Amino acid sequence: MFKIIKQLTSLVAMFAVLFAFSTETMAAKKSKTLENTKKRGFVRCGVSQGLPGFSNADESGNWTGIDVDVCRAVAAATLGDATKVKFTPLSAKERFTALTSGEIDILSRNTTWTLSRDADIGLTFVGVNFYDGQGFMVRKGSGIASTSEFKNGTSVCTNLGTTTELNMRDFFDSRGISYEPVVFEKADEVVAAYDAGRCDTYTTDKSGLAAQRTKLSAPDDHVVLPETISKEPLGPVVRQGDSVWEDIVRWSLNTMIEAEEYGVNSSNADMMKTSNNPAIKRLVGAEGELGAAFGLDNDWNLRIIKQVGNYGESYKRNIADTGILPDRGPNELWTKGGILYVPPAR
Amino acid sequence: MNNIIKKFIPQILAILFVVLIFGFLTMNAQTNMDNRGIDFGFGFLSQESSFDVQFSLIEYSGSDSYARAFLVGLLNTLLVSFISIIICTILGVIIGVARLSSNYLIKNSAAWYVEFFRNIPLLLQIFFWYYAALRALPLPEKANAWFGVTYMTVKGYYIPAMVWENLNIFLYCGLAAIIAIILLRNYANKLRDNEGKQIPVLLYSISLLIVLPLLSFLFGGVSLGFELPELKKLSKISYIYEGGISLPPELIALVLALSLYTSTFVAECVRAGIEGVSKGQKEAAASVGLTPNQVLKLVIMPQALRIIIPPTTNQYLNLTKNSSLAAAIAYPDLVLVFAGTALMQTGKAIEIVSITMLTYLSISLTIAAIMNWYNKKIEIKEK
Repeated sequence: MFKIIKQLTSLVAMFAVLFAFSTETMAAKKSKTLENTKKRGFVRCGVSQGLPGFSNADESGNWTGIDVDVCRAVAAATLGDATKVKFTPLSAKERFTALTSGEIDILSRNTTWTLSRDADIGLTFVGVNFYDGQGFMVRKGSGIASTSEFKNGTSVCTNLGTTTELNMRDFFDSRGISYEPVVFEKADEVVAAYDAGRCDTYTTDKSGLAAQRTKLSAPDDHVVLPETISKEPLGPVVRQGDSVWEDIVRWSLNTMIEAEEYGVNSSNADMMKTSNNPAIKRLVGAEGELGAAFGLDNDWNLRIIKQVGNYGESYKRNIADTGILPDRGPNELWTKGGILYVPPAR
Repeated sequence: MNNIIKKFIPQILAILFVVLIFGFLTMNAQTNMDNRGIDFGFGFLSQESSFDVQFSLIEYSGSDSYARAFLVGLLNTLLVSFISIIICTILGVIIGVARLSSNYLIKNSAAWYVEFFRNIPLLLQIFFWYYAALRALPLPEKANAWFGVTYMTVKGYYIPAMVWENLNIFLYCGLAAIIAIILLRNYANKLRDNEGKQIPVLLYSISLLIVLPLLSFLFGGVSLGFELPELKKLSKISYIYEGGISLPPELIALVLALSLYTSTFVAECVRAGIEGVSKGQKEAAASVGLTPNQVLKLVIMPQALRIIIPPTTNQYLNLTKNSSLAAAIAYPDLVLVFAGTALMQTGKAIEIVSITMLTYLSISLTIAAIMNWYNKKIEIKEK
């Protein structure tokens, strides 16, 4: 009898230790950034200073774009309201400092994922929301139809603090062409200088060229050359050191892409709760406990789809319908010939 | 004892305070960088920079190191400051003297000039000169030749490059002329002090400076040729000049804006300096029989300069620091190349910003030291 009691107590003690341990790990799962975001009541998001289709503010200060939608998705998931985002427009030069210094919590600003940025400077890239590549824009009248026709002495306008500067050097150096880089801090200044004839060509990501072309005084007089000289996977970035927050941003983006894959959109999301497909039910929070993994409720993904829409809706609204890049190219789902492929949400 | 305590305690406390603040800032930066996985170190300076710079005074390409990129930026900053300081001084002296003119038109135009250029923010002036001028300038193929050989275009100002033969002999002759002038001045001073005779030193100096180098052309085998800029086709509609020297429009716009803006402040310093010398001085000098030129040179200017130099030093320092606005119009100065591109590519914000700050500090302190030396030289020496 005495023995049994002794054994029981040791069993209880063991459970107590186990329980204590499990609550300990639960506590470690907590994200400081998430806590602060909830306390503050809005998500702090760094965006561009105006790149149509990606992040652009209208006259009344409403931000739109696919980069903007990533932040809105995170706000919908964490705070339940996609409008609770504070956008901070940043130049290419300021963006990483703003993130590492804690001024913003997500950098969603057409930023290229590279090894040195990911590994070196205290940043973590969470995914890709646009596959881009660097191109060149020239005046139609120049008769240049390919980058192979550039000659020594070509002056090139571009932005400061970007991978563009490095690719441009690789490109011209490998072909033995001397060129004159004219580097500005703001995109609008690049456009103005190119427009005035300061440069023979303007180089940046092709999506950027397409968007900035609309700002030129005579957009139809300019043409983007067909060649792509680099890989530019653009995606949202978070600070290193908060893996839960990193996961929240990553899976908010993945949810949008997976929703498109399964045909779930902002208008049919509620109905999909009764779907026969368990994958779809997980996607709208009707099955599984996916949200608990990062300390969110179970409707986090449903809210993203309902309030922001799936990736296809976001692309159509911001990039296709605005005439920037009607053709999705590589940014089509893997099932439809593109390279958008995200890990399964389960 | 009581006095010593009174004297030292506040100073020790002040030092302690400064040390503590610095310590706290360093610790804070250290912990935050550790938390975010950022390393601190200057090793990146020897790495390959892998970006190009538009305009450089020394050989530079993307395969050079970040340290060399720093040097490129620094030299560009010094170049633009040096040219602007010279132009703003010349302009400032002319405008400052013009403000004291008895001619109504000259006096008022100078006043308008000062009020106009010093009351518009510098950044706006830089943008104005860059974008307005850029839009107004012709494309290379449409440019008219100025003086037959130089071309002002939207892509830059193209001037002929000098091609020297036996340049060293020419330079030696110039050096010899300068030494001769110094000796001549010493001799002239002695002659004046001992025998009371005056010789026209300035006239002799100028002739020496012209004649000696000229002799090198005739007898030293020195020759000077010019390489003219020539139009070259890049594509159907875009052209560029090759050969000669090209000054980028960014440099020209920046020099224009900086020197016009700062010249107004220099002009006010000059005016204040001249007005600061009392009228009695001039009258007294005239009454002992000095000519108007001598009055200006021997009585007015030495006293005026003492008032002019210290505030003008401030203006030179401001100009140098203002040159960092270059980044706004793509002139590759220290801020654009090093604190801009290099910072972005390495992510070493703290290291690069501190190097840049220290560099500006050193440039400013050097200018201040030179001006202080000059000020010491001309100040009243009481006997």
